[in-house]
Amino acid sequence: MSDDLINIKVNQKEIQVDKNLTVMQACEIAGEEIPRFCYHDKLSIAGNCRMCLVEIEKAPKLVSSCTMPLMEGMSIITNSEKVNAGRKGVMEFLLINHPLDCPICDQGGECDLQDQAMYYGFDKSRYKENKRAVDNKNMGPLVNTIMTRCIHCTRCVRFATEVAGVPELGMLGRGENAEITTYLEQSITSELSGNVIDLCPVGALTSKPYQFKARPWELKRTDSIDIFDSVGSNIRVDSRAEEILRVTPRTNEYINEEWISDKVRFNYDGYYQQRIDTPYIKENQKLSISNWEESLKVLKDKLKTLKPLALIGEHVDLETGYAIKKFMSNYGKDNVECRTDNHAILESLDSYRFNTPLNDIENSDLIILLGTNPKIETPIINHKIFKAYNNDAKVFNIGENISLNYKTEYLGESLSNLNDENLIKALKKSTNPLIIIGSAFLNKIKNIKTLKSIFSYADKYKVITKEKNNLNFLNPYASRVGQLIIGNTTNNLCEPFFNLKKDNFELVLSFGSEHIANEQFNNCFKVYFGHHGDDGAMGSDIVLPTPLYTEKNGTFVNIEGRPQEAKKCHNPIGSAKEEWSILKKLSDELSFDFTPNTFDQLRSELFDKHPILSDYHEIIAVENSTSITPDIEFEDCKAEYPVSNFYMSDVISKNSVTMAKCVEEIISTPSLLEKSA
Amino acid sequence: MSGNHPGLSNNFSRSGEKFSWSKDNLRSIKNIISKYPKGREQSAVMPLLYLAQEQNNNWISIECIETIAETLNMPKIRVTEVASFYSMYNTRPVGENLVQICRTSPCWLRGSNKITKTICKETKCEINDTSDDNKFTVVEVECLGACSNGPMIQINNDFFEDLDEESTKKIIDNIKEGKPNVIGSQKGRRSSENA
Repeated sequence: MSDDLINIKVNQKEIQVDKNLTVMQACEIAGEEIPRFCYHDKLSIAGNCRMCLVEIEKAPKLVSSCTMPLMEGMSIITNSEKVNAGRKGVMEFLLINHPLDCPICDQGGECDLQDQAMYYGFDKSRYKENKRAVDNKNMGPLVNTIMTRCIHCTRCVRFATEVAGVPELGMLGRGENAEITTYLEQSITSELSGNVIDLCPVGALTSKPYQFKARPWELKRTDSIDIFDSVGSNIRVDSRAEEILRVTPRTNEYINEEWISDKVRFNYDGYYQQRIDTPYIKENQKLSISNWEESLKVLKDKLKTLKPLALIGEHVDLETGYAIKKFMSNYGKDNVECRTDNHAILESLDSYRFNTPLNDIENSDLIILLGTNPKIETPIINHKIFKAYNNDAKVFNIGENISLNYKTEYLGESLSNLNDENLIKALKKSTNPLIIIGSAFLNKIKNIKTLKSIFSYADKYKVITKEKNNLNFLNPYASRVGQLIIGNTTNNLCEPFFNLKKDNFELVLSFGSEHIANEQFNNCFKVYFGHHGDDGAMGSDIVLPTPLYTEKNGTFVNIEGRPQEAKKCHNPIGSAKEEWSILKKLSDELSFDFTPNTFDQLRSELFDKHPILSDYHEIIAVENSTSITPDIEFEDCKAEYPVSNFYMSDVISKNSVTMAKCVEEIISTPSLLEKSA
Repeated sequence: MSGNHPGLSNNFSRSGEKFSWSKDNLRSIKNIISKYPKGREQSAVMPLLYLAQEQNNNWISIECIETIAETLNMPKIRVTEVASFYSMYNTRPVGENLVQICRTSPCWLRGSNKITKTICKETKCEINDTSDDNKFTVVEVECLGACSNGPMIQINNDFFEDLDEESTKKIIDNIKEGKPNVIGSQKGRRSSENA
């Protein structure tokens, strides 16, 4: 028997468990369900709801199991009369001041208090006195509060402090006067604030946009992937008929744990605004409504004569990308580009993905942020850096002096600050250093030598070793890593647009890329495949409606190289057609080879060509392949951050009313953090 | 002005004036913080709240909270939590003299009701209220720990014990006229010796 295991009994059943667990965790291993409100796996232990009382033999009183450490030979009882009476008592006290407004409460049907009152509580109330009432608090445009319902579990307070890293929530007063509030009722400034809604075991904190919209049992659940940043958080899309009513996280311990960013949680109202629902053709400098037949005929004629180029946007799934590549191969090489922001890469996968598995970030003891603002580009990764920071990791920042929710040491604005004396000293001492280089620099690097130098630098200071590769490349776009894996890029590794200019393309097909509006394409015939009318669509000659990621199946590879599937939730809006089927039709008419007849055939052809992508949820394995150059030389480039406004970074969130409110109430009103700085 | 006990409210207000530590307090703060281990400086929040209250006319304004948060390098909400938890931190302005009347059983048995009535009459203000001339704020509190000398009251930092209606009136009158008062037992008892 290992030293770490001890023998205990749960309801007379003998089991062996790790001695570092609590009584509650041991009971769970034994298969006994313990009711709880304040305890949460991901948060510190508070022990203030008292719902998890259990009996421990030889203990005079019931014990709160979430706070109680295990001891050898402990005998735990979870189903005795005494325990039931204890639970009933606690439940009765919790309900003393809880309003009986379940019929109008948004939490109804998925409420811990409701469920547990049914299982463990009394069937009637003995309380005749007045219930207390609490004023509702402002927590911003996302979180709706009905504070009379609060049972003071303090999950939200602990979440804000420990996970979101914004200590803005707290419990004021005491006893009957205790109230949860933000400091001076200001909006929560975190990009993860929506998660308090899921954490709240009662209906005190609910979603503002979802208020009074639906009951959980009416909703259709679809598993999907967050495509608004590159992390690939697992989400669940809840819809009724042809409308998405809310987005909640799915637990994935390797990626987003139980959290998602506020952008994907709340921007779904933007899915239905400014939609391109029918084909348009430009006539007399104005886009006018057309139909598929006419627009495809015009496009076909252009494709016969003009030299085409395809741009791939930030929300394009792998299957679409593959179909585009297949179609464009009829026109030769180097005519598909997903690096529309001039993202510099080397050939190998480890030069454009996040090489450290996301849940290993927290084990690092030194993190260098190079031209990246993880707080607004990828809030989930920022949370993981915050975890490392709480484990005493030092965080250095090069680029702009950005404000984050943890302390960073600012070294300067250029890449050559990597040679800073303090940094080198810290690197030499560090046992597990990690570098994150973001788009702010990657998009500016013009000399391939610089990129190679970063690898050499990482190698020199043991960021890359035989066992691990902690040199990470971070871009905020969901499509990028996957598109690069299937080779949707031209061969110029640093400045793709430079090549495009030289090659004299005459026809640009943009698949959701707003870069079609760039000046260099002014003389081209422009075709925009997309779902939202913005700059890209406005300036184009033909606009073709395509479905949103929730309206079709698709595969996305996240930033660490993990393919995941986003499933179709409802039918496309208007007459939108999937990109591959448009390309298939064009191919047939132009007599190109395009065998797949269905989406499934397309997908299996993709997986045949790229077998590494077919293993869903597993990180693609890669050998550290980049050759190391002996001399380290950094070019001078100024960081330019790809995301400046978290709430409005793409066409969809730009069209969301909720996101607009966030900008108004959270960004435009100076935040607590800025004020104190 | 009517309302809650000034120390039992979750609503904080601004004084409108900048709060910065006095020189003496800065020295005390250094001393106080040095009593706690390194990295645990935030433990000094309670003595600092007390100092701030003393310096800020006997109440804690939002400005005080922000200054303390800055001094101890801790989130403002954490300071607010502590300040709102304890009834002896006043979260709204109080008069020059904060009169706290003990109403717990021993004092009550010895006639604290009469003392309350006398004080309200003499200061012309209700319980939890501040007089119009801002001289007095009257509150009822629970046991102040001088049970053997009840009934008793506390005015700012001083205890007045063994009260009756007459001696209470005298104390209030003396304050009004700016005359000194005898602190402690009004019957000449030393400590809690047998009466």
